[in-house]
Amino acid sequence: MSTNDGYYIPEPSKWPIIASLTLFVTVFGAVNTIHGTSIGMPILMIGLISVLAMMYGWFSTVVAESPSYNGQVDVSFRMGMMWFILSEVMFFAAFFGALFYARVLVMPWLGGAGNNAMTHEVLWPAFEAVWPVLANPDNAKFVAPKEAMGAWGLPAINTLLLLTSSVTLTIAHHALRKGERSKLNLWMIVTLVLGVSFLVLQVMEYVHAYGEMGLTLASGIYGSTFFMLTGFHGFHVTIGGIMIAVMLVRCLKGHFTADNHFAFEAAAWYWHFVDVVWLGLFIFVYIL
Amino acid sequence: MSEDHHDHKPTGIGRWLFSTNHKDIGTMYLWFSFIMLFIGGGMAMIIRAELYQPGMQLVEPDFFNQMTTLHGLIMVFGVIMPAFVGFANWLVPMMIGAPDMALPRMNNMSFWILPFAFGTLISTLFMEGSAPNFGWTFYAPLSTTYGPASTDYFIFGVHLMGISSIMGSINVIVTILNMRAPGMTLMKMPIFVWTWLITAFLLIAVMPVLAGVVTMMLTDRNFGTSFFEASGGGDPVMFQHVFWFFGHPEVYIMILPSFGIISQIIPTFARKKLFGYSSMVYATASIAILSFIVWAHHMYTVGMPLAGELFFMLATMLIAVPTGVKVFNWTATMWKGSLTFETPMLFSVAFIILFTIGGFSGLMMSITPIDFQYHDTYFIVAHFHYVLVTGALFAIFAGAYYWLPKWTGNMYDETLGKVHFWISLVSVNVLFFPMHFLGLAGMPRRIPDYALQFTDFNQMASIGAFVFGGIQLLFLFIVIKCIRGGEKATDRVWEGAEGLEFEQLPSPAPFHSFTDAPQVK
Repeated sequence: MSTNDGYYIPEPSKWPIIASLTLFVTVFGAVNTIHGTSIGMPILMIGLISVLAMMYGWFSTVVAESPSYNGQVDVSFRMGMMWFILSEVMFFAAFFGALFYARVLVMPWLGGAGNNAMTHEVLWPAFEAVWPVLANPDNAKFVAPKEAMGAWGLPAINTLLLLTSSVTLTIAHHALRKGERSKLNLWMIVTLVLGVSFLVLQVMEYVHAYGEMGLTLASGIYGSTFFMLTGFHGFHVTIGGIMIAVMLVRCLKGHFTADNHFAFEAAAWYWHFVDVVWLGLFIFVYIL
Repeated sequence: MSEDHHDHKPTGIGRWLFSTNHKDIGTMYLWFSFIMLFIGGGMAMIIRAELYQPGMQLVEPDFFNQMTTLHGLIMVFGVIMPAFVGFANWLVPMMIGAPDMALPRMNNMSFWILPFAFGTLISTLFMEGSAPNFGWTFYAPLSTTYGPASTDYFIFGVHLMGISSIMGSINVIVTILNMRAPGMTLMKMPIFVWTWLITAFLLIAVMPVLAGVVTMMLTDRNFGTSFFEASGGGDPVMFQHVFWFFGHPEVYIMILPSFGIISQIIPTFARKKLFGYSSMVYATASIAILSFIVWAHHMYTVGMPLAGELFFMLATMLIAVPTGVKVFNWTATMWKGSLTFETPMLFSVAFIILFTIGGFSGLMMSITPIDFQYHDTYFIVAHFHYVLVTGALFAIFAGAYYWLPKWTGNMYDETLGKVHFWISLVSVNVLFFPMHFLGLAGMPRRIPDYALQFTDFNQMASIGAFVFGGIQLLFLFIVIKCIRGGEKATDRVWEGAEGLEFEQLPSPAPFHSFTDAPQVK
């Protein structure tokens, strides 16, 4: 609830409408790239670069203004970030939902369970309902992978990397709160290195999947759910990694004080969020 | 700090492009929604003109399908939702005693995404091939395997709308939770604020799911995934589950703010306090929670297991309980009140009756075995137009008449308002009531031609449609007339009006509502 300390209202800003425009250019470029038009890729690149430039400009403005913000603005930012993370959770929920629905309901139904005996008999009599799916109903159209992705090689190492990075980030946060700046910088660098290592291993896993296992986006529902879930997670780790990198630069520049560092905390919350999503992935996509 | 901004209005086009003001942004939302109403309404006119007679008269079947699709998408995402966000922008800060929204720049961004999103969507009409033609529910495989190339533009348009909605609702929720004046406890908030708090929660929870489902469509169409493709181990029915997990809360997103508007208006013109305030709050919350567990009642006929059909039937029927609480409370508020019937009240009373008709036809359809008869017929078209036109849209009209004097400082023309109401009321029933009979007799929806025996009712509906569509031009005239001048409104506007916006702010309200927090007792 408000107090009587006075309100903060930001000045009019050009960034919101620039942001809308850059988003539009990006999606316009994306559709054209997908449709294979020659202008597609250049427009997409212009869009993405201008999105990044816009974010740099907008956030710089906010950073410059931040000394004049009051406690109420701080709370608004915090609440805003929390609700944003909830929306991200729901985005992943859609894909987890698809995974569970496919595994728990679609598989047995395609295999003839319930009242689907004739579907099975007439359409794809050879199909067997097992997960991971190594033989699709129509194997000519969707070539199934040769083997399933195991959990205890790279993915297990990745789990360790990401969990450790959450711990190191928390150590950095505690250092910030105690004003131990060199310790803060050190542990931020460690966090970033762990995050980047995760992404490198993830890329190696994808190369292995495409090159040797025949596991692709187009290899049926197993490949679809595998790549969409891990892919969107990797994308979010990339965003989180950019956030951590920006925070590291700001730490090195001497930004933030022991009790005023919302941006740092927001990045940390986001990092913990991608960590928790990974745990869900590790259990439901890799182990089970 | 805030004193510098008090009534210091930026000028020129920059005032609108770079705005951080909740009233200006609210105004832009409302005009955007108004323009979209005429575009979406024009499409409805084309549909009704084609359906005036059996046989093919005016348009090709494929163009007819594009019209039903875009009409639905524009009315849902381009008219009703932005109109309610416009109301939220204008009213929430005034009602809770705040100077502005909590995150004014994000507010502006969430508005300015919309023209780009709907520009993208409408431009598909002019693309090679065809515009989206698979209905506003874009079921796979119609939208995946068989969708036209422009579907990819539609997908990214939906992504943009989703980003806009999520940012808008984060802003509303944070404003309500963080910007209330001292003493304004949650259970003292006006019901409109309560309904928007819950609506914003629903939006944050389900718009990302919509983004997820269109992303799966995108990859199924272009990158070889098989989410909705049984030959690859997916399932087209899964599309419907994910879509309606978004879609059912979505329909409550379109009706809860209207409950809020009606709950503000009825007490004013009954000159009584709202009956059962706390039960109103709990009923709204219950409806929101139930909306997450009823989605499959949209898909009884796809061949779900019996246990699923039973669960979704019973859960759906439960919704009638909190909705009944609301209708009872509105009626009880009017009971023995000192009633007068200005235009906002007329639209509100019509809302209660006609929305209840729509609610009852919904209850009929919730019964699984009976729905097998109604599914995909004009009965459902009648149902959702009763809840969305005589429900949501009538509430928007009521709210516009109710708050226009506060917004502009001028009274609207009461005589013209009453003309608008009565002609709308009669024509909208001529338009939609016969559709119940058409549906019961078996006329399918989304079909440009029909059997001869359906002609009479279709002609009635079309005539009602032309009158209803045409009379909205009068509403446009009334709004413009009110903005340009007219009898000056008092600060309280209505004799029985309560709430901070009427008791503590002048008409028109200052540029930034409260520069100092009012004390709420």
